[in-house]
Amino acid sequence: MKEINDEANSVATLTEWHEGAEYIKLYNQFNGQIKSHSAPLMNESRDASFGLFKSLGFPTNQLENYKYTDLKDPLSVEYGLNINRLKIPVNPYEVFQCDVPGIHSYLYFVLNDGFYPVRDKRNDALPDGVIIGSLSEIAQSHPALLKDYYGKMSTTKADGLIAFNGAFAQDGFFMYVPDNVQLDRPVQLVNIMRSDVDFMANSHNLIILGEGAKAQLLVCDHTMDKVRFTSNRVTEVFVGKNAVYEHYKLENTHAETTNMSNLLIRQEEASNVLANIITLHNGITRNTIEIDVDGEHCETMLCGIVLADKKQQVDNFTSIIHGKPNCKSNELFKYVLDDTAKGGFTGKLYVARDAQKTAAFQTNKNILLKRSAKMRTKPQLEIYADDVKCSHGATIGQLDENAMFYMRSRGISEAEARLLLMFAFTADVIDNIRIDALKDRIKMLVEKRLRGELSKCEGCVICQ
Amino acid sequence: MLEIKDIHANINGKEILKGLILKVNPGEIHAIMGPNGAGKSTLASVLTGNPAFEVTHGSISFHGKDMLELSPEQRANEGIFLSFQYPVEIPGVSMVNFMRTAINEQRKYRQLEPISATDFLRLMREKKELVEMDNKLTNRSVNEGFSGGEKKRNEIFQMAMLDPDLSILDETDSGLDIDALRIVANGVNKLKTDKNATIVITHYQRLLDYIVPDFVHVLYDGRIVKTGDKNLALELEEKGYDWIKKEVDGE
Ligand SMILES: Nc1ncnc2c1ncn2[C@@H]1O[C@H](COP(=O)(O)OP(=O)(O)OP(=O)(O)O)[C@@H](O)[C@H]1O
Ligand SMILES: [Mg+2]
Repeated sequence: MKEINDEANSVATLTEWHEGAEYIKLYNQFNGQIKSHSAPLMNESRDASFGLFKSLGFPTNQLENYKYTDLKDPLSVEYGLNINRLKIPVNPYEVFQCDVPGIHSYLYFVLNDGFYPVRDKRNDALPDGVIIGSLSEIAQSHPALLKDYYGKMSTTKADGLIAFNGAFAQDGFFMYVPDNVQLDRPVQLVNIMRSDVDFMANSHNLIILGEGAKAQLLVCDHTMDKVRFTSNRVTEVFVGKNAVYEHYKLENTHAETTNMSNLLIRQEEASNVLANIITLHNGITRNTIEIDVDGEHCETMLCGIVLADKKQQVDNFTSIIHGKPNCKSNELFKYVLDDTAKGGFTGKLYVARDAQKTAAFQTNKNILLKRSAKMRTKPQLEIYADDVKCSHGATIGQLDENAMFYMRSRGISEAEARLLLMFAFTADVIDNIRIDALKDRIKMLVEKRLRGELSKCEGCVICQ
Repeated sequence: MLEIKDIHANINGKEILKGLILKVNPGEIHAIMGPNGAGKSTLASVLTGNPAFEVTHGSISFHGKDMLELSPEQRANEGIFLSFQYPVEIPGVSMVNFMRTAINEQRKYRQLEPISATDFLRLMREKKELVEMDNKLTNRSVNEGFSGGEKKRNEIFQMAMLDPDLSILDETDSGLDIDALRIVANGVNKLKTDKNATIVITHYQRLLDYIVPDFVHVLYDGRIVKTGDKNLALELEEKGYDWIKKEVDGE
C-alpha cells in the first residue's frame, strides 16, 4: 500500500478505520494485477467478495460476533501487500528447522501469502493421487477438481474478514486426498511471515478429503521479523463420508502479530473430525472455527489451549452446527491468562430440528493468574430438536489454593506448584492430540511457556 | 526439636489458638486429643505455615530456627511433614511427577543433585511396600478418586518418601479399615527412630495401641489444658471430655 500512501492518508482522516477505505481504493486501482497473479477460479468470486467487503467493512467490536476483539489498532496500520507476488528472498526449507522430533511430516510452507514452491525430498513419498501444493497453481491445472469446493463455504458468509480475504487472497495451501487414501504421516503447513516493512497477508487454504480418506494437518504460525504483521487466512475443509480429519493449529508468533483466521469445516456422513487450536504465543489473535456437521453418525472434537500474558489477546469464536441426527460433538477450551492478557471464547451450538439424538458437550475453563487479566466467555446454544443430550459449562477461577498449599507442604516451591497446576489444567486438551510426537512436543512447549521460557521449537532460528 | 510458645492464631479474624504451648524432643511421640473444633487441625496448619491462618502472637522454633519466618515449602524442607486430615485431590498431576518434584525440591534445598531415575524408582518401590500401597494408585493423579482410606495411606506413603524429622498425623486413622489401620500404624512405627518425632492427632484410643505415645495432651478451646501419659487416653475414652471442660471452664 506504500504506492498510494499520501492519498490514502487524506482519505483515512475522513472515514472510519473499519470502512477500509484505503483497501477499497487499493482494490479499485490494482484489481487487474490482483487477478492476473491469481487463478481464474479464484477470480470468479473476487469482485463479489469485494462488493461484500465494501458493504460490511472490517468487523468492529460493536458486532455481536466480534465483541471480544478490537481490531481498530492493528487495522489502522499501513501495511504492505504483495499484490504483484514479488519474490521473498528466503528459502524456508533452508532456514526453518522447526521440526517436531519424530513427526516425519510432509512439510510445506506458505511464505507470507503465497505457497512456497520448493519441493522437499521428504514429500516425494506422498501416496498416489494425493495432491498438495499451491492453491492458485492447482486451481489452474485442475479446475474441475476444485470448482465444487473453492469458496463454497466462505463466499456465502456475511463476514468482513472473509469477504476481505475473498477479494485479496491470491494463493494458499491446497490438499486433496482421494477416496480411501489414508495418509500415513501428518502433513505440516508452516505459515511464515517475513518482511522488512509492516505487512499484511491474505491466504486461502482448501482441503478436500474423499470418502474414507484420512489426513492429519498441523498448521504452525510463525513470524520472523520485528515488524507489524497481520494475517487474514481462510481455510475451507471438506471431509467426505467416513473420512477422518485432524486439524492442529499451533500459533507461536511475536507480540506485534495480528492473526485472524477462519477455519470452516464441513463433515459428511460418519466422518470424524478433530480440531485442536493451540495458542502458545501471539499478539492479537482471532480464530473463528465453524464446523458444519452435515451427515449422520459424525463425531466432532473441537478443543484448544490458550496461554497468554502481557498484553496478548486471544479470541476463539467457535460454532458447531448439527444439521443431521445421531452425531456427537465435544468441545473443550482452556485458557491460562496472566498480566493484562485478554481472552474471549464463544461456543455456539446449533442443533436443527431434525438433528435428533445429538449429543453435544461444551466446556470452557479459564484460570486468571492475576486480577488484571480478563476473560470473557459465552456459550450460545440454539437447540431445536427435542431428543438431544447437550451440556455446557464455563468457569473462570484462580488456581486451587488448597492444592497449592498441599504441594507446598511437601516442599514444592510456590512457583513450581503453580506450574504443576497450570500444566495439569491443560493436560486433557493435550491428551486430545492423536500424534504422539506432536503430543510430546506440545507438552514440552507448554511447560516451557508456563515456565516463562520462550516457547519455540528447539533449533528454530526463525522465531526469536 | 520443636518449641511452640504461647501461640495465638486467627482465621478470618476469629481467634482459634489462644496461647498454646508445646515442646517436642527427638524420639518422642505426642498424642493430641480433644473435642471437635478445639483447634487441633489449626495447630497442624499453623505449624506447616498454611497462609489461611494468621499468627498474632507467640513463637515456633524447630531445630532452633524460627518457623514463622519460613514459607510452607521451607518448613517442609526443614523436615516438618503433615498427614492431612482431608488430603487434597489434584487432577492432572500424576503421583509420580508430584513425588519426584517434591523429592528434588527437598534435595535442592539441601544442596544435593536431583535424584536419578533408577534411585527414584527404587525409593518408590521400597516405600510403597512399607505401606502396602497398590501400584495402581501411584499411577494416578494425586488423590484423585482415591477412597478415604486410600488417601490416608497415600499420606503415609508420602511421609515415608520424604523422611521428615517431625511428622504430624492429623486423624490419619479415621477412614482406615481395621487391616489398613494396622498396616499404616506399622509403617509409622518402622519409620520411627530416636532422631525423629511424631505428633498424632486422633479421636480414638485404638490407634494409640499401635502407636504408643509418650505423652497425651488434651487440646480444648485453643489451648493444651491437660497432659498425661498413655493412660490419659484410656481415661478419655471412658469418660469423654465433659469433666475436662468443666475443670477448665470452671477455673
Ligand atoms: N476457614 C475457616 N473459617 C472460619 N472458621 C474456621 C475455618 N477453619 C476452621 N475454622 C474453625 O476453627 C475451629 C477449629 O477448627 P479445627 O479444624 O482446628 O478443629 P479440630 O480440633 O481439628 O476439629 P476436628 O476434631 O473436628 O477435626 C472450628 O471452630 C472451625 O469451625
Ligand atoms: Mg481436625
